[in-house]
Amino acid sequence: MYDGGKIIVGIIIGLVLLTFPIWYTHGMAPKRPEVKLPEKEKQCVQSKEYMKTKHMQLLDLWRDSVVRVAQRSYVAPNGTKYDMSLQNTCMSAECHAKKTEFCDRCHDYTGVVPYCWDCHIPPKEEPKEKPEEMH
Amino acid sequence: MGVNRRKFLKIAGISTLGAAAVPAANALAMNPIEWLDKQLGGFTPSEILLHMGHKPTGLKSREALTAKRWAMVVNVRQLDEEIAEACREICHKIHNVPHIKNPKHEIKWIWAEHYEHALPGQYHEHIDENLKKLPFLVMCNHCFNAPCCRVCPTKATFKRKDGIVLMDMHRCIGCRFCMAACPFGARSFNWIVPWPRAEDGKFEGKEPPSPEFPTRSKGVVEKCNFCAERLAKGQIPACVEAAQELCKKKGREPALVFGDLEDPDSEVRQVLRSHYAIRRKPELGSKPNVYYIV
Repeated sequence: MYDGGKIIVGIIIGLVLLTFPIWYTHGMAPKRPEVKLPEKEKQCVQSKEYMKTKHMQLLDLWRDSVVRVAQRSYVAPNGTKYDMSLQNTCMSAECHAKKTEFCDRCHDYTGVVPYCWDCHIPPKEEPKEKPEEMH
Repeated sequence: MGVNRRKFLKIAGISTLGAAAVPAANALAMNPIEWLDKQLGGFTPSEILLHMGHKPTGLKSREALTAKRWAMVVNVRQLDEEIAEACREICHKIHNVPHIKNPKHEIKWIWAEHYEHALPGQYHEHIDENLKKLPFLVMCNHCFNAPCCRVCPTKATFKRKDGIVLMDMHRCIGCRFCMAACPFGARSFNWIVPWPRAEDGKFEGKEPPSPEFPTRSKGVVEKCNFCAERLAKGQIPACVEAAQELCKKKGREPALVFGDLEDPDSEVRQVLRSHYAIRRKPELGSKPNVYYIV
């Protein structure tokens, strides 16, 4: 092999550079996000596991059902009927009243930017720290 | 004793027939279109494919108002500036229609028009002076043969089974073909962000007046939806409600009437029977569902 030493050194340097993000950030993984569940309402329209993995499909189905076929009432597996509405059911004052403590936590962590909120109005949230009153 | 091939095939055949009997009998009991409709839950086959096995489980709520073909009658002689303004105000308020001063960016769902603009084909110079002064309330006509739905490349605007022409803002790509197709100028384009928000999602400046109704984003077309969201709750359109209230106060016949055109006993049909009513630009054949008593 001609220039064997150079090639091997090159490969090693290459591997080090390629794996740099892995070993450099080792053990520095950000904490898994914790979503804040609603205080009052304990029952969601579907199970926790279903909502964790499939809430986007459910919302997609809801929007088509409401907008295109005018069927606005969702029958949950336990028989309860819900008004299919992201803005008025999911994000109502009784349920996920704070978008920043629920939706945003995971979406920010995973870098997902859903465009729901370009149009739909998120619930009003009180600012956490009230700005000091001016004297 | 084993089962021979002949016997096995016989049993298999009979049990298949038995298992298929109930659904087959159910299917035969309704007409094929009804059956297919039930299978698809009101969605089109392509929409079903889109959801990949997620069967729609929606229901119509019990209190919803339903009709075969919704229509409105505008009795222009009963209108005045005050009623017209009340209709416009309540509509734009509950639907978060922004008030933009620049006429190039303006958004409107319902507004008052002069006679010659509302019914251009019917205008002549010797027309009744009073008629010229009346505010002709105009809005989307929810045409039976809607040109906007024909041209929409994404089916963002579509005709519901009850005759309402709706916008699906999720699908609108802002091509504005529908605006070119609409002969009544009933559609508005969002040239600017209607309710600007800061990075953190808070509204900059004015907040939309109805937090329960969505706003729109920049780059979509919007128009009157015949208050589809109110019909679902069992309420008549907001403009009709406002106009009827004011007319009652003033001791007039209702200026706006709303109802099912296919129901011979509905209020709209009764009004259409007792008054001579015309439609805007009938020569175009779009068959509007908004009638005018002049």
